[in-house]
Amino acid sequence: MADLSNDFVGIKSPNPFWLASAPPTDKQYNVERAFRAGWGGVVWKTLGEDPPIVNVSSRYGAIQYNGTRVAGFNNIELITDRPLDVNLREIKAVKKDWPDRAMIVSLMVPCTEAAWKAILARVDDTEADGIELNFGCPHGMSERGMGSAVGQVPDYVEMVTRWCKQNTRMPVIVKLTPNITDVLGPARAAKAGGADAVSLINTIQSVMSIDLDAMAPTPTVDGKGTHGGYCGPAVKPIALRMVGQIGRDPDCDGLPISGIGGISTWREAAEFMTMGAGNVQVCTAAMTHGFKIVEDMNSGLATWMDGKGYATTDAFFRAAVPNFVEWQDLNMNFKTIAQIDQDLCIKCGKCYIACEDTSHQSIAALRDGSGRRYEIIDEECVGCNLCQHVCPVDDCITMRPVDTGKPHMTWPQDPRNPLRDAAE
Amino acid sequence: MTAGPTGSGDGPDIAAGRLGADRLSDNFADIHPPLDRATALIEASRCYFCYDAPCVEACPTGIDIPSFIRSIQTGNERGSAKTILDANIMGGTCSRVCPVEELCEQACVRNTQEDKPVTIGALQRFATDRLFESGARPYSRAAPTGRTVAAVGAGPAGMACAHRLSLLGHDAVVFEARPKGGGLNEYGIAAYKVPGGFAQRELDFILSLGGIEMRYGQALGRDVTLADLRRDHDAVFLGLGHTAVRALGAEGEDMDGVIDAVDYIAELRQADPSTLPVGRRVVVIGGGNTAIDIATQVKLLGAEDVTLVYRRGPAQMSATWKEQRWTQTNGVRVKYFAQPRRLIGWSRNGRSHVKEVEFEYTQLDDQGRLTGTGDTFTLLADQVFKAIGQLFVPSALADGGAEPLEIAGDRIAVNADRQTSLPDVFAGGDCVAGTDLTVSAVEDGKRAAIAIDRMLRAG
Repeated sequence: MADLSNDFVGIKSPNPFWLASAPPTDKQYNVERAFRAGWGGVVWKTLGEDPPIVNVSSRYGAIQYNGTRVAGFNNIELITDRPLDVNLREIKAVKKDWPDRAMIVSLMVPCTEAAWKAILARVDDTEADGIELNFGCPHGMSERGMGSAVGQVPDYVEMVTRWCKQNTRMPVIVKLTPNITDVLGPARAAKAGGADAVSLINTIQSVMSIDLDAMAPTPTVDGKGTHGGYCGPAVKPIALRMVGQIGRDPDCDGLPISGIGGISTWREAAEFMTMGAGNVQVCTAAMTHGFKIVEDMNSGLATWMDGKGYATTDAFFRAAVPNFVEWQDLNMNFKTIAQIDQDLCIKCGKCYIACEDTSHQSIAALRDGSGRRYEIIDEECVGCNLCQHVCPVDDCITMRPVDTGKPHMTWPQDPRNPLRDAAE
Repeated sequence: MTAGPTGSGDGPDIAAGRLGADRLSDNFADIHPPLDRATALIEASRCYFCYDAPCVEACPTGIDIPSFIRSIQTGNERGSAKTILDANIMGGTCSRVCPVEELCEQACVRNTQEDKPVTIGALQRFATDRLFESGARPYSRAAPTGRTVAAVGAGPAGMACAHRLSLLGHDAVVFEARPKGGGLNEYGIAAYKVPGGFAQRELDFILSLGGIEMRYGQALGRDVTLADLRRDHDAVFLGLGHTAVRALGAEGEDMDGVIDAVDYIAELRQADPSTLPVGRRVVVIGGGNTAIDIATQVKLLGAEDVTLVYRRGPAQMSATWKEQRWTQTNGVRVKYFAQPRRLIGWSRNGRSHVKEVEFEYTQLDDQGRLTGTGDTFTLLADQVFKAIGQLFVPSALADGGAEPLEIAGDRIAVNADRQTSLPDVFAGGDCVAGTDLTVSAVEDGKRAAIAIDRMLRAG
């Protein structure tokens, strides 16, 4: 059986699945339940200075898609609303009882060295394994000059990271916001400040929906709504791209990454790890289904690894990074065209109408004695994959590579490129 | 007066109220309870919104099924119902009674994928029920044309025709022999398929458009003639339905206890089921939906042994596989490949009442022809229901000296517009050739109305 044990910047956990800093990790009761369920670690919900913040009533919004609940999720909660003392006492107690699990403490205090220094000293005392700097929260705290207000300014990221590194024994993980044009800016700043790792993504600024009766955004607080932080399955592709960007960035140079963003299953966890995440953090899936989902994450990942012959997660760590390239590095001479398996085809015509109305008119809709028949017009097909995606039958439409007999050629080398480097 | 299970009593065992009120009420409750919204949304999400959707082609009224299902998905329930009713004003009844397993649902591409079609009928009912419950009136009439059209028969064909004509601005007058409208929706369909007075609610909905005058108790050939109607109206639509029941052609079929299934069902639909006399042992002869409906309903009324006998096999039965399964699930025994030869009776007070029926086994020869094997068996029966098909008998059209309508086979001959040999007379439903389905009758009425409108505007 594959070994799932994880060592992330020296922090050990029995598996690579941590619960992200969020409501599930707000107090001892929840965290102990999570550990009993099998989670490898937690990032305790963000601590701040006393007096604790105050939350509003009505806090979460969700997208339902075709009957799937919580396809996307958002919240307008702030950091912990409990006194600092209480949280620190519970963190210490839990860590003492669960020494094999990772205990990371998320922090957010005003942007002064004194404020950070003060809280770090108190967290040190809990015997926690590490800290995560919450530079990501995009609502409520950012308007107070914290959270993503810091994360969006690389200079601040570097400055605060350096303060923390100078004032704690614990590894420092910098949590990044996706609400920024280029995530590499703050990632490189974190590295420059001495961060041991980054974690990403935090939530995305969002308005989930408008209640068309109340004429207000949801979640609605007494007739008004505000933007919140978007997460859940729908954000995974955004997160995966940002993780991969940092994973392949020469300047970040292998900066450890804790992957976050819509991860609900072992498969998604594996995907993040191939793109450079040393472990992953989960929140929405647990909030949707409870902590028990970690059982399948563990067994699913191990089963997949066994099938692939991977003894440890290091065996596939960063495996996709070399293949995640810029568009200009793709092979212009590669050609693939769609192929319909007529035995599997159920004659729904979705491939036809998608191609005909919105793409390249490369599918023929035929009617003969035996009924409807849809056929690819090979010479028209550009290999866009749309038909494959809309086809409701698995493996009915496949993309078949065509041997063009042409060599590998990137856009910079392509004679059709008006800006082609003359030297190529 | 009772007879033992071996038939050793001294007369037929027929009684009303064999079951208590609660059992009867359960037995005649909705056969397929309606979908709730959550279930409807899940089911609607199974629809692929096919291009050139096969289900639409399979619907005799051509309802845009993918569009109405998509409207359910998006919460546009009223728009969904409107899409249905635009094509089929009796979409509510059809959602309950259509043999969807041979129409839209059979054509669903999900059958090919996973042998489980989208439950189109249930979704159609969901959408139309919501509209009716809301009390909304989504239709309004076009500017009045001053023309009037007579429709004979207030069944699905006649009412669909009248509604469409009224929408288009013409006035419709409907002549109906019975005291209520709805035709077989009201008098013929099994009670558990349209409980709760649905046929009348749907009729009220149709009439709420206005422009449709109902004249009940008016039978063609008795109270009014075709010549009268042609004289007094700009066009006539005949939606006469079936007018007679086929005979068994077996010896003794005129004795007491041998009942036309359609008559009994009509009575059942109008009566308190606890008042209907039902035999302890019942034999039903036939292979169509009427045979299934009478057998199942008699069983649900409390008959102890009900045997449905059909002269051919399950594949030849015009009742669908689902109907055959339904009646068997309800405890009806189905015997295939046997035909009645002779009915044997009790003799009582100078009259005879059926006691048993002698059947001959049958088989299909190489050419598919039915032949008797010569072997026989006998079933005890307190009641025998005949359900071997209905006929259109054109006697109502016999109009002393008026121009005759052309008849094709045993139905009124019509063209694609449902126009008869008389240019101002149209016909549809069971009195013309085609499948004897509510949905086909609605399509006939709709097409005829559109053709009549075209004719009146041209003329």
